[in-house]
Amino acid sequence: MTIKHLEIAQQNFKSRLFLGTGKFSSGEILSQVITSSETQLVTVAMKRANLKDDSRDSILPFIEKTGVKVLPNTSGVRDAKEAVFVAKMAREALGTNWLKLEIHPDPKYLMPDPVETLKATEELAKEGFNVLPYCHADPVLCKKLEDAGASAVMPLGSAIGSNRGLDSREFLRIIIEQATLPVIIDAGIGKPSHAAEAMEMGASAVLVNTALAVSPDPVVMAHAFKAAVEAGRLAHVAGIGSTSMTAIASSPLTSFLN
Amino acid sequence: MAEYSEIFSKINWEAVSRKIATVSKDDVSRAIEREGRGGIDDFIALISPVASSIYIEPIACLSKHLTEKRFGKAVRLFAPLYLSNECNNICDYCGFSLGNNIARKTLTTAEILKEGGFLKKMGIDHVLLVTGESTQKVGVEYIDNAIHTLRPYFSNLSIEVQPLSSQEYSIFKRSGLHAVLVYQETYNKESYAKHHLKGKKRNFEWRLNTPDRLGQANMHKIGLGCLYGLTPDWRTDAFFAAHHMDYLQRKYWKTQYSMSFPRLRPCAGETPPAVILADRDLVQLIGAFRIFNHELEISISTRESAFLRDNLLSLGVTTMSAGSKTNPGGYGDSDSLEQFEISDDRTVNEISASLDASGYDAVWKDWDESYDKPVMHNTANDTLELKASGESLTLTS
Repeated sequence: MTIKHLEIAQQNFKSRLFLGTGKFSSGEILSQVITSSETQLVTVAMKRANLKDDSRDSILPFIEKTGVKVLPNTSGVRDAKEAVFVAKMAREALGTNWLKLEIHPDPKYLMPDPVETLKATEELAKEGFNVLPYCHADPVLCKKLEDAGASAVMPLGSAIGSNRGLDSREFLRIIIEQATLPVIIDAGIGKPSHAAEAMEMGASAVLVNTALAVSPDPVVMAHAFKAAVEAGRLAHVAGIGSTSMTAIASSPLTSFLN
Repeated sequence: MAEYSEIFSKINWEAVSRKIATVSKDDVSRAIEREGRGGIDDFIALISPVASSIYIEPIACLSKHLTEKRFGKAVRLFAPLYLSNECNNICDYCGFSLGNNIARKTLTTAEILKEGGFLKKMGIDHVLLVTGESTQKVGVEYIDNAIHTLRPYFSNLSIEVQPLSSQEYSIFKRSGLHAVLVYQETYNKESYAKHHLKGKKRNFEWRLNTPDRLGQANMHKIGLGCLYGLTPDWRTDAFFAAHHMDYLQRKYWKTQYSMSFPRLRPCAGETPPAVILADRDLVQLIGAFRIFNHELEISISTRESAFLRDNLLSLGVTTMSAGSKTNPGGYGDSDSLEQFEISDDRTVNEISASLDASGYDAVWKDWDESYDKPVMHNTANDTLELKASGESLTLTS
C-alpha cells in the first residue's frame, strides 16, 4: 500500500510527520528520534542555532547528522519586522529559503499574532521565501495567508506545549475543507491518537515536539507517532464510514414499502 | 498610568500574612488539583505552612511535571560578569556596602573585553552584567558602553544594576540589552528601611516601580525576586513577589518574567539573618511559583551548593548560572572582594557534564543578535584580540 507523497513548494515528502527540536534531553536523543520517526522535515529555532560554536549546539549538528531537511523558524520574534530580519539571517546562515514563520508576542501562551503573521508572510513570499506560517485555526486567516503567498498553512491544534490535542477541531475542519495548500497541524498534539485524528480529518501533515521530547522514551514514542500518522492518513484516503447515534434496525422499519 | 506602588499600598501585609496562616488542607489540595488555575488564591494556599507540612511532595511532583511540559529536559546556562563593586548604598547584608573597607574596582573597557574573553572561552553565551549602585562611577553611560562593547560577542546580555528611568532602559535596549534583573529584596517596608540604611536604595517606591518602567520600555525580560532572610515572614514576602509579577504580566504582556530565590546565610562576624530559609522552604517556593505560573523562568543561584542545585534542578528550575565569579575581574586574576560567597564552585564544563548525567541538555544559546537588530543602532563591527589565560583569543563580530 503506497500513500501519495505530500508536496510543499515543489518538494515531495514521503513522511507526513514533521518534528520540532526544542526540549530534548540531548542532541543524541534528538538524532535517534529523527531516525525512529522517519521524518523528512524538522524545524529549529534560529535563537537556538549556535553557528559560531558547534560544540555548544545540541540541535543543528545533530539534525545535519541525520541528513533530513532543516526548516528554520523564527520563534522568539514579536513582530513582522523582527521576523523578516531573522528570516534573512536564517537564509544566509543555513542556505535555505524555507521558513517556518512564528510570531508570538505573548510569551505566556505563545499565541500567534495574526496581523503580523500575515504582514510578514506577504513580505517574505515577495522576497522568495517558501513561507510556512504558524497561525490560529482561523479559516479566513488561512485563506488570506494563501493569497499572501504562503507555501502551506500551519494552524494550531491547541496552545504550544499544552498536549491538549485538537481543541480547535471544528475550525480545522473548515480550514481543511477550503484549503488549496497543504494544511499542517502544528502545536498541541500530545499523543499519537491526536495525530491520527488530525490525519483522519484530512490534514496534510502534523508537527510534533513536546509530546516526544518529554516522553520517558522519546525514541519509541517517535515510532508510535509515525505509525499513528500513517494510520490516520490511510484511513482518510480509504474513506471513513459515517457514524450514527442510533442503531439501524436489522429488520428495516420501511420494509413494508417494498 | 498607575504603577504597582499604588496597588501595593492598598494591600495590607498583616491581612495577607493571616490569610496564609489560616489556609486549610482543602485549599491546598484544590490548588494542586487545578494546577494553580485559581490564581493568587492558589498561590496563597501553596505557600502556606500547611502546604509545607503535608503537601510538599505532591507540590514538587506537579512542579516537575509542569516544568518539563513547558521547558522540556533542557536548562539554560549563563554567567555573571561583575563590572564594578563601587556602591553608594549602605545595606547591612551586602559585601559591596559603602561602609565596608574593601578594595574598590571598576573595570575599564579593555578589562571588560578581557573578562568577556574568559567567559567566551568557557563557552558562555548569555551574560549578566552586574554593578553596585554608584551613579558617578557606573552611570548610564558606563553601563551602555559595557553593553555596546560586549554585544557583538554574546548572544544575550542582561543587567543587574541600579534602578533607572524608562528612557534610560530604552537606550540600553537600542544597544542590544535583553533583560533587566531588579530584586525588591523585601516587600516589607519596615524591614526594607531597616536593612537599607543609606543611599538611593532607601527609596522603596522608586525600586518597587522599576519593573513598570521596564515594561514601559518594552524590555524582553524582567527578573524579580526577594532576598530571603531579610524579613522574618518570608511567606508574605513571596506572596507580594507573586502578586507583583501577576500584575506586570497582565499589563506588560509581551514581556517574559523570571523569578529568583537568593537566600541569606549565616556568616561569621556579621548580623545573623532575621530568618533562615530552610531547603524545604526553598522547594516549596519553587513549586508554588511554578504551579502559579507555568511559564515562569526560575533561576537558581550559585550561592546554593552543588548538591542542592542538582536536586532542585528537576523541581522547577529552568536557568542556572555556571562557573560564576562575583567580583570585578574575577575571571582573570583580580582578588577584589566578592559580593557574596559562591557555594557551587564547579566549572562550566563540570556543570554541563552533571546536567548531562541527570538527563538534561545544557542550553548555551537561546537568543540571537539578529532578533534585536530591528531596534538596535549599529554596534561595533571590528575584530578584537583578547588575552585569555595567556593565549590569544580572537573574536570576530
